[in-house]
Amino acid sequence: MAVAIAMDAQTVTAWMNEIAASVRAERDYLVQLDAAIGDGDHGINLNRGFDAVALALSTEPDGTPGKLLILSGKTLVSTVGGASGPLWGSALRKAGRALGDGPTFDLAQLVEAMAAALASIQDLGAAVPGDKTMVDALEPAVASMREGLARGASSGEMLRSASEAAEAGMRATIPMQARKGRASYLGERSIGHQDPGATSTAMIIRALERTVASTP
Amino acid sequence: MATATRRMRKIINEPDQVVKESLAGLAASVPDILRYDVANQILVRADAPVKGKVALISGGGSGHEPLHGGFVGVGMLDAACPGEVFTSPVPDQMLAATKAVDGGAGVIHIVKNYTGDVLNFKMAADEAADEGIKVEAIVIDDDVAVQDSLYTAGRRGVGATVLAEKIGGAAAERGDSLEAVVSVIRQVNERGRSFGIALSSCIPPASGKPIFDLPEGEMEVGIGIHGEPGRRRAPLGSAAEIADIMVEAVTSDLAAKPGSNVLAFVNGMGGTPLLELYLLYGEVEKRLRAVGLTPVRNLVGSYITSLEMAGASLTVLELDEQLTALWDAPVHTAALRWGG
Repeated sequence: MAVAIAMDAQTVTAWMNEIAASVRAERDYLVQLDAAIGDGDHGINLNRGFDAVALALSTEPDGTPGKLLILSGKTLVSTVGGASGPLWGSALRKAGRALGDGPTFDLAQLVEAMAAALASIQDLGAAVPGDKTMVDALEPAVASMREGLARGASSGEMLRSASEAAEAGMRATIPMQARKGRASYLGERSIGHQDPGATSTAMIIRALERTVASTP
Repeated sequence: MATATRRMRKIINEPDQVVKESLAGLAASVPDILRYDVANQILVRADAPVKGKVALISGGGSGHEPLHGGFVGVGMLDAACPGEVFTSPVPDQMLAATKAVDGGAGVIHIVKNYTGDVLNFKMAADEAADEGIKVEAIVIDDDVAVQDSLYTAGRRGVGATVLAEKIGGAAAERGDSLEAVVSVIRQVNERGRSFGIALSSCIPPASGKPIFDLPEGEMEVGIGIHGEPGRRRAPLGSAAEIADIMVEAVTSDLAAKPGSNVLAFVNGMGGTPLLELYLLYGEVEKRLRAVGLTPVRNLVGSYITSLEMAGASLTVLELDEQLTALWDAPVHTAALRWGG
């Protein structure tokens, strides 16, 4: 069995703060990736959204982990715009619902929450792996988490593998031709560029890894 | 902050306030036409809601001015929801606009086909339906540069959006039912086609950098309206050669019956002067006649733009009597005004 670590509302807040910090730090990099095959605003939009999430959580210290994820998702929907707002916003809301009402959650619940997030993104965006989207990073990360859970990996080990899987998926978008989103308008000219959505998704998983690693 | 960084060549204050300050300025310039709801970041027709009238709202990223705020007013839109530059607005804005303009006859959302716009409008429409407001969404996808296939997000919504807002707005103004207005807007989308080219990139205020580099002597062919690169790059042609490309792309896809009446819309992308747009219209007009189409109506100017991008797009709409009459109907907005 996995080591029984208990994650709680603080874990969610710490994860969102961690995402906000890394998106802020990598804002210009995401803009640069997006300028090549989109319109260059991905880093700016996500930065605005996760800063708003961090602010919303700081004024809402109470609540179950599920409720805080739902609040985070709602905040993203209301502040990001573009495609990434509804996609990550709905994903976090679905993840929050998957966690239920409990004050804590375990690794199995975390995996279910991330699977719900992935399902929501695929449902709304109608993207499948290979379309050169955020799904190309999230899908392997969720698969890796499931696999880690099945073999009883520790939380640290599970999320390290998930981050690596997300980053491998992110790099694998470089030779792909985009079939969804704004990059798809470029046709073959989208080949040779790393997808900005897959990149920010890998950052979100990496932030989760760092958060859980520092959970006592 | 501002003194530490080199000012970009734009008439702005702080980059992150550009959209809000521009909306406030537009509202100040036409207080008889519209008001700016600051809290919800929407522009609403001054006399909204008009009781018993079908209401039209549209929205999208900013940077395409005068689209959409410049088209709010009598005979066109009831409200516009501007997002950040080139970024779709959020559902809260569309929901607030829907409530502000609902006159009891239904609300139509005119949505340009971009993944972000479609998703955000859909979320807003779902919420409005939950609150008992009848919403119909119409997605405009007239850009022939993109093939509608499994390999793309579908054709983009570009120039036909302006025509749909004018013609649909006229139908709503004369008292048509929700179904009738929806049908006329769908007709504009089905019988309208567009194609654009760019001679330069554009500089979003938030990043301060051109989205792409276009070497001198080259042009981007098959662009959208977000400063994104086009389908391909080609040597910069003469106006005649550019008109050849545009007219061929648009008319071959539209496949209108020879002898059809059309509206020809030559649109500037923001950085191309009217001197050149009129010249281009002359080239386009000759070619349309040569393929058996009669441009009985036209619109020339910068109406759906990409900031300061140089370039132009052509939209051709096949007209019938009803569409022609609706086009001619009075309109009173910041950017289009005639009749009345």
